[in-house]
Amino acid sequence: MTTLATTTTGIISLREITKAFPGVVANDQISLDIVSGQVHCLLGENGAGKSTLISILAGMQQPDSGTIEIDGNAVAITSPKVAVDQGIGVVHQHSTLIPAFTVLENLMLGDPSLMLDRKQAIERLDELSGLLGATIDPNALASELGLGQQQQVEIAKALWKGSRLLILDEPTSMLTPQAIEHLAASINRVKAEGLAVIFITHKLREAYAMGDCVTVLRGGRNVGHISVEQLAKLSESEAQNAILAAMFGEDLAKAGDDAAELAGATAAVRETAAIDLATRKVRLELHDISTRGRGGDVDVVDVSFTVHEGEILGVAGIDGHGQSALAEVVAGQRASITGTVIFDDGDITGKGVLERQRLGVRYVTDDRLHEGTVGSMSVAINLVLKRIGQAPFWKFGQIDSKAVDAEARRLIDEYDIRTPSAATRAGTLSGGNIQKVLLARELTHGARFVVVNKPTYGLDLKTVRLVRDILIDFAANGGAVLLLSTDLDELVELSNRIVVISTGRVVGAVDNDGQGTAERVGQFMTGAIEGRDR
Amino acid sequence: MSENPSKMAGAMSAVARAVIPVILAIVVGGIIILAMGKDPITFYVKIFQYGLTGTNWMRSLVLMAPLLVIAVGLIVAFRGQLWNLGYGGQFLLGAVVVSGFGPALFAVVPGPLATIVLLLGSAVAGAVWTVVPALLKARYGTNEIITSLVMSFIGAGVVNLLIKGPLKDASQPIPQTKVLDSADMLPDIFGTKVHLGFLLAIVIALVFQFVLSRTSFGLRMDVFGASAKSANHVGINSTGMVFLVFALSGALIGLAGGIDVLGHESYQRANWDPHYGDAVMPFVFLARLSPVAVVPLIGFYSVLATGGILAAQQTGLNVDFLLVIVGLILIFMTITEFVTTRRALGQSYMPVGLKRSVTGLFDSITRRSNR
Amino acid sequence: MSDLLLNPTFLTAFIVAAIAASMPLMLAAIGETIGEQAGVLNLGVEGIMLIGAYTAFVTTLSTGNFWVGLLVGSLAGVLSSVVMLVLNVWLGLNQIVIGLAVTLIGEGITSVLYLQNFAKTSPGLGVAPSFDIPLLSGIPVVGKAVFQQSGIFWFCILLAVVVAWMLIKTNWGLSIRAAGQKPSSLDAAGGSVTRVRSQAVLIAGAFAGLGGAYLALITTSTFTPFMVNGLGYVAIVITMLSRGRVLWVALTSLLYGVTVAVGTALQLTALSLPADVIKMLPFIVVMITLVLFSRTTVVPPALAAPYTRGAR
Repeated sequence: MTTLATTTTGIISLREITKAFPGVVANDQISLDIVSGQVHCLLGENGAGKSTLISILAGMQQPDSGTIEIDGNAVAITSPKVAVDQGIGVVHQHSTLIPAFTVLENLMLGDPSLMLDRKQAIERLDELSGLLGATIDPNALASELGLGQQQQVEIAKALWKGSRLLILDEPTSMLTPQAIEHLAASINRVKAEGLAVIFITHKLREAYAMGDCVTVLRGGRNVGHISVEQLAKLSESEAQNAILAAMFGEDLAKAGDDAAELAGATAAVRETAAIDLATRKVRLELHDISTRGRGGDVDVVDVSFTVHEGEILGVAGIDGHGQSALAEVVAGQRASITGTVIFDDGDITGKGVLERQRLGVRYVTDDRLHEGTVGSMSVAINLVLKRIGQAPFWKFGQIDSKAVDAEARRLIDEYDIRTPSAATRAGTLSGGNIQKVLLARELTHGARFVVVNKPTYGLDLKTVRLVRDILIDFAANGGAVLLLSTDLDELVELSNRIVVISTGRVVGAVDNDGQGTAERVGQFMTGAIEGRDR
Repeated sequence: MSENPSKMAGAMSAVARAVIPVILAIVVGGIIILAMGKDPITFYVKIFQYGLTGTNWMRSLVLMAPLLVIAVGLIVAFRGQLWNLGYGGQFLLGAVVVSGFGPALFAVVPGPLATIVLLLGSAVAGAVWTVVPALLKARYGTNEIITSLVMSFIGAGVVNLLIKGPLKDASQPIPQTKVLDSADMLPDIFGTKVHLGFLLAIVIALVFQFVLSRTSFGLRMDVFGASAKSANHVGINSTGMVFLVFALSGALIGLAGGIDVLGHESYQRANWDPHYGDAVMPFVFLARLSPVAVVPLIGFYSVLATGGILAAQQTGLNVDFLLVIVGLILIFMTITEFVTTRRALGQSYMPVGLKRSVTGLFDSITRRSNR
Repeated sequence: MSDLLLNPTFLTAFIVAAIAASMPLMLAAIGETIGEQAGVLNLGVEGIMLIGAYTAFVTTLSTGNFWVGLLVGSLAGVLSSVVMLVLNVWLGLNQIVIGLAVTLIGEGITSVLYLQNFAKTSPGLGVAPSFDIPLLSGIPVVGKAVFQQSGIFWFCILLAVVVAWMLIKTNWGLSIRAAGQKPSSLDAAGGSVTRVRSQAVLIAGAFAGLGGAYLALITTSTFTPFMVNGLGYVAIVITMLSRGRVLWVALTSLLYGVTVAVGTALQLTALSLPADVIKMLPFIVVMITLVLFSRTTVVPPALAAPYTRGAR
């Protein structure tokens, strides 16, 4: 089988790459060079155009104009197959492994030969495992792997056909600090073999730590590049300032400290006011809650905690470790098989969603498009979706459109929801505005406690700031928040305390009262990253 | 729901998108007829002659009665994202309640009361036949396409057994039920030869249009139809919805069977299956699942079918050819939808959940593999 | 009654009947399996089987050759599935509606054509030439039943084995399964979801046509309008229950065949069950199976979901 190939001149060039979608120019004449043996960091907030650029390199999309040159030859990457043939391997943010297949089957997929050659595949896997410094069982089902192992398999897959370029799209978004170190070590080894690496992130300090050179994307454009020599000379804070200047331009002065934090320049710091839990009334109590999951969901097992008035309790954990089940139990969407839920000293364990809504228990789900809103229905209807049949919007079962529209207009103004009209279909709104719709609906009309699941995932910086401010205000005014998130920085910024969940159980709790919160949380989560014992 | 000028354009576009598939199907059907050596023009002309002219329009309206009620029954199910494909069996069971028990009942109970009891009975029979598919779907997520289809075959078999057995008219050589006395059947609308069932069908269409689009129940059904996940999220009892929607759909289809016997057929032969549900399917989608919009489309098909029987005989074609035309309408409908949704955003024929219900086919364990 | 059951002639006839009833189903279900594993739902199988049956019938009637009829029936199935290919795989349109349409058209066209050409004559085809396997056919009861089947029977068995092997042992089979599990992964790995699904659809059509041809040529030796009578839907259920394993498809098809043979046999005994009950029997068995085993049905996650690269 082929050994790892490297570029001969060692450069992959992108020239004036442009790609537009209806209403937005995702990539606007972007040019940059990728050199083998280097880690080229692509930095930018959500919506800056990073994903589009990567999908063009991976052959999933074609640019409207511009060229790509590999070793001086112009290449048109018209399909993923062409990308693979050119030695471009991508590790996407979301797993592309097929859960029902074994590791070996996942790696062999796409081979043009007729017969499955397991022997050769196992040899190749050994070769790559050695390179990455990992041990991977070829016969394990992909669904059984821990998150860190999955990522290693994905990297092996990206390098399978002998690559020149390895692209990593936000690889650290769900990893603990410890696992990130393992990843950095693997990347260094790959680099040493002569491959080029593109590392995409929206966190400034990662760019500095991982990258040999940095390109900053903003609004679809290449707004700044720090070369290898320059980066080597700059200290961390100097590099940060340079990058921030490129990212925010004149707005930097206005953005101020927020900019640095938002850009992930500094380690996150708690922003909510400290509260003395002893003086606060208990809002919600969970006692020994266990669920029985459906199919492959992870069950919640013996979870107990309390949330006080004015408190934001963070729940940290790897995605898929029971967070959704937990959120649904609190919201009333899912029944627990044991345990009780107490709200304001009253047992609500048996109460359904609508009753809990009326008591003030609200839920902002992470699945904005397919659960939280009905995309085919208007913004107005979505805003009253949990009050179907109730006055003043329905009288004797019949809808009062005027009342619905009035309420919709009120909420659209209050939460600054950008929509052409209240009658617009909710599915056409941007992610940020859909989140505003959800927040508007849940936090209005007597909300006293809200469960939020990954509230700022995938949103642009402005909306991220807005959402976090809304939650902080809600708590400051006496509400209580249960915040589930995979973003450690977010948890540290917003929570008063953080509880850690692993495979459905509470494995630790951390008071967010100083430095090192993220590290302490990470330590509790480590067991989940390394994968289960076999 | 949008601003006024585009509302007009939207309505016209909707009409066009409903009419074009029908026209295309007729044209292609004509080509097929030509290929079989018959004359398509004569065929189509005779259809409209035997379907509309003279007193023939009345026969078309008589056919329209059960078709329309079945259409509303299908609309109710499809709006709730449930593929009730058991309409064949449900219709026959509803019919056999009237044809089998009618003669005996009318002998002992005053006419109007017997009529109400029989029609209610046919509705109940249709609803009962949906319980098993609904249960399997609600409990295990077993996709209802296959379960309702298989129940339909079983239902047809049960009806045959009944007609050949306990409900058989002993005085007749071939297996059939006793013919209802014309005095007991549904009276005709004054001045016409169209029975009351037609008016009942129109009323049903209007009532359901109101219920589905203006009431809280209708909205809950639409939310459930768009996404079971969302329905769960906003506190709608999904399990209850599955049963209710199925039962309502089955009841309407069973009722259609009862109306057809009580108003028109007056008896039921073994192995009789008019395949009304198959015929009505494409029009239900063409009408974008609106009970009121489906009325003219069903009217059109009623003319086509009524005229078609005689026209087929006279041109030497078999009446089963109408199945081909119906199939062609379905195909052209999906193509037209594809072409037009490529230009404009959304507004497709089916609620999102109906499309996605296929994605979640046999859903119960697949979630293990879904991330 | 017991002497009936032990009568070798009866047993032989019983086994022959069971095999004859199960083969069309097995062939259709194998086709469905390939399609389903690739993520394509073929609800038009009833219609395609009818088209295969009719074309095979007409061909064998005019040529006198069963093999040619089988081939033509299968080809007709392939051509019919081109509609599903274009509309479902290439254009990504709703697979249920298209499937139903194909069934309606298949039912309608074959009925119309048959009644137009053969209503008055109702011709039969006679028995297909049998393929006698020398030593094995000497085994009492089973020998005559199994090893004197037509050559076509053995050919179909061979096809089934080949397909099963390809699904498990080749890269092509892996790609098929990937297309049904997670098409985006196949795409990212450099495979072509469209090409793989197209192949699957055509194969499903070929097997459905083959099943219909077998039904007309071997099982009944004639054609009757609507003769498939729900068998296509039974094939879909079998596919669903077998979770992609061809051996299970074969076994459950055989179970179905036995059910049908039992029904026919019961008519010979003192228990004369009405023909309607016998017709319903397979469906009742299917329904009971679904009730009992609903929890274990698994289908590929991407079944019937059209794939568009880069879709949001």
